Amino acid sequence: MGFVHRRRRGAELFLLVLALAVGIGAYAAVGLGVEGTVPADLVGYGGWLTALIVAAHVTVRIVAPYADPVLLPLVAALNGLGLAILRRLDLTYEAIGNDDHTFARQQLTWMTLGVVLFIATLFLLRDHRSLQRLTYTSGLTAIVLLLLPFVPVIGVPINGANIWIRVAGFSFQPGEVAKVLLVVAFSGYLVLHRDALALAGRRVVFIDLPRGRDLGPILAMFGVSMMILVAQNDLGSSLLFFGLFLAMLYVATERPGWLVVGGLLFAAGALAAYTFVPNVQNRFNFWLHPMDYYEETPGSGQLVEAMFGMGWGGLIGRGLGNGFPERVPFAYSDFIVSTIGEELGLTAVMAIVLCYGLIVERALRIALISRDGFGKLMAVGLGSIVALQVFVVIGGVTGLIPLTGLTTPFLSYGGSSLVANWVVIALLLRISDQARRPTPRLDPVDDAGADSETTQVVKLK
Amino acid sequence: MNKPIRVVSVFCLVLFLALLVNATYLMYVRADSLSEDPRNRRIITAAYSRERGAILVGKEAIARSVPSDDKYKFQRTYSEPFKYAPLTGYFAFFSQTGVERSQNEVLSGDDSRLFVTRLVDLLSNTDPKGGNVLLTVNAAAQDAAWAGLENLPGDAQGAVVALEPSTGRVLAMASTPTFDPNDFASHDFTAVRDLDQTLNNDPREPLINRAIGTTLPPGSTFKLVTAAAAIESGNYDADSMVPGGSRFQLPESTTTIRNHDGGDCGGRRITLTQAMQVSCNVTFLSLANELGTEAMADQAEKFGFNSTSLEDLGGQARSLYPRDMDAPQTAMSGIGQSSVTATPLQMAMVAAAIANDGDVMRPYVVDEVRAPNLSVLDRTDPQSISKAMSSTTADELTKMLVATVESGTATPAQIPGLEVAGKTGTAQSTDDRPPYAWFVSFAPADDPKVAVAVLVQSSETARAEIAGGLLGGPIAKAVMEAVIGP
Repeated sequence: MGFVHRRRRGAELFLLVLALAVGIGAYAAVGLGVEGTVPADLVGYGGWLTALIVAAHVTVRIVAPYADPVLLPLVAALNGLGLAILRRLDLTYEAIGNDDHTFARQQLTWMTLGVVLFIATLFLLRDHRSLQRLTYTSGLTAIVLLLLPFVPVIGVPINGANIWIRVAGFSFQPGEVAKVLLVVAFSGYLVLHRDALALAGRRVVFIDLPRGRDLGPILAMFGVSMMILVAQNDLGSSLLFFGLFLAMLYVATERPGWLVVGGLLFAAGALAAYTFVPNVQNRFNFWLHPMDYYEETPGSGQLVEAMFGMGWGGLIGRGLGNGFPERVPFAYSDFIVSTIGEELGLTAVMAIVLCYGLIVERALRIALISRDGFGKLMAVGLGSIVALQVFVVIGGVTGLIPLTGLTTPFLSYGGSSLVANWVVIALLLRISDQARRPTPRLDPVDDAGADSETTQVVKLK
Repeated sequence: MNKPIRVVSVFCLVLFLALLVNATYLMYVRADSLSEDPRNRRIITAAYSRERGAILVGKEAIARSVPSDDKYKFQRTYSEPFKYAPLTGYFAFFSQTGVERSQNEVLSGDDSRLFVTRLVDLLSNTDPKGGNVLLTVNAAAQDAAWAGLENLPGDAQGAVVALEPSTGRVLAMASTPTFDPNDFASHDFTAVRDLDQTLNNDPREPLINRAIGTTLPPGSTFKLVTAAAAIESGNYDADSMVPGGSRFQLPESTTTIRNHDGGDCGGRRITLTQAMQVSCNVTFLSLANELGTEAMADQAEKFGFNSTSLEDLGGQARSLYPRDMDAPQTAMSGIGQSSVTATPLQMAMVAAAIANDGDVMRPYVVDEVRAPNLSVLDRTDPQSISKAMSSTTADELTKMLVATVESGTATPAQIPGLEVAGKTGTAQSTDDRPPYAWFVSFAPADDPKVAVAVLVQSSETARAEIAGGLLGGPIAKAVMEAVIGP
């Protein structure tokens, strides 16, 4: 028997303790920095956070003992830090008289739901390959979910984007769940049709175009979701889905030509959007010359304030409670990184980017060692979602690329995003558990009676 | 499928590296230029909401920050606003003046000398506090100067400066009319902007610190400079006989100048001392004419004309002695007319130089810079900026000025039991405005502790009564008495 992965659950526990120290420590620091005292509810809060993390850890020990040991601590640290930052913003919003100042409390509730779904996913889904059966179901569900915000009563436009539904007082972004379902659908379809997509077809110029009947369904799925997103005026998600689709298609077919086609399509799409959609044109101009549009409406005020804040934060930041994150609109969601930059400095921003980098690295590593094509594709898809989402939102906030709205995974306030991302992590852990689990030994049951007629018995460990 | 996964990994690595590099560029490389953007309200608000240090005179904080309930956390208050406004200046959200501006780094806590304090604040997570600034001002002298200006009849404009001759310390600096810095410190920014506009448009110019910011012809007080130039030339002393008489014919011109009282100064030939005592125009016109532009300008510049010397308070105007004057102008400059202009501070420096054996000391208002815990971080050292004359010349001039106070035009400055040196001045402006009244003096003459210059720019006193001695003399006297004490 060759190389066997170790379980490494002890390592995970140790890293989780560090992650909890980050989360609870940050929460205590917020109290000290803003109010001058350790928060009164620190024990209750810390206890709750610890309970959630321990529950997640125990679940992994029971049902996914070979799962990757680094993912859960990374997510716990980011989620904990995000809660502390939201708490810090709440205190300021409360002081200046904003109506909404319970983001941290709501986020903790959503995190609880996220962890519950995380546990449920791991318990119920013992083998990720069973999802392959749901290829078309999940594709269809994703499209229905994306369409929900258009349904009159439950759909509510917020800030110019039709991506929200409101049911029984709860706001929800169905797109966040749809992206996970789309990964499942793409993986399921591509793993079946990858050979056909890669090999059968005609050669046009320098690309092997697959046959229409192979590419059709996936293209339809992709096209419908893109159109819905464009109609919803949700640039960030469109970009995310496009990148996701391209990455999975490339990995499945192993044809670099798709990257060329995708790149050209992206350039054409971006150019068309720039030409015909005034909003896109504005975003592009604000990105190129943020300082020129500072005082205009619509203008780059939010972006410039974020840049002022992060510049002011410098290397080590102003310290929690000593900045002015309330000057940046939506500091609790898309722009949470600017709050972190302002008060915790470049050091913290780098640490966060590295955490995300590690999550993506673990996801792709899982894809590499996964033994089945479906798992590989799913891991690549889920990793790409995190990578693209982080790049689009942090790049936008720091002025690297034009700003498009997306939440920062695990940090930003937003229930749907948080819950969906916890499920993403559960799926990744499930795939990695399968991949790292020792292969079933193929032992002949009885050497003496062995002949070509005998059915081999697989002996599970 | 592993090869494309590796490609995707490398691509993701590039994305994350780009994020890291861009974050570093934004938050480290560009941080300074972002801070300097005038629209960056964070920088302004942070400085504004900090516990700013106090401005101290003796043990009293004339400007300090007290906690306030609003989002700016602290309110700047001035305990004696009008009296000290020319020194403190104001501290508004968008701008500062006076010591609030010149010492802003210290008061706000950003000064490098406060580095250790800042480090401790950072580590202990307490809000940074600003350092304190101790002024050189003598509270009693400032009280006397302000009371003197306030008691001037009518709607007077004037200024008083008192210096310590041996060091250049500013012992008093008052100006009227002035403003209430408390109004500028208000957190109601609209009201502050309106106030600023109103005061800027006020013809009485209340925002100007007349002690250092207004230049006017120094009139007869400039005769000190003319006399210094004459004695320094080596041809004269206090007892030398100089031209007197009732009129002086300007060179290259048909104009004749008379003495201010129309008299003949006591004869056609009088001593220099007598000329000073009666403030004889004829004498000093002819002396300036004889010495020439070059010698006069050199002497004036040694006293500090044509340059600025005050480094720790903004708004000093340059006192001027132009070098390109023709012969009649030069002659007129001998009595402080034509193009010669001076600030009250400059004339106080002239008096102080004579009192200090000819050494001109750099005037300064900041005595000590203190950390928030009151430990002294820095103390200003007196600094000599030039040697205006030999000590012999200074002694001769002192003798003449003592005589002027004992039995001359400057008798209002007499202090019983003390030898006071002084000189009046009355400068002409246009016919429809009253003349400016000047008074410079120092005391005690044998060991000078204080040199004073008083300017009364405009007052409703009858024209005939504006002999400098009557308006400025009592103020100068009160300030000198306040410094010397009983």
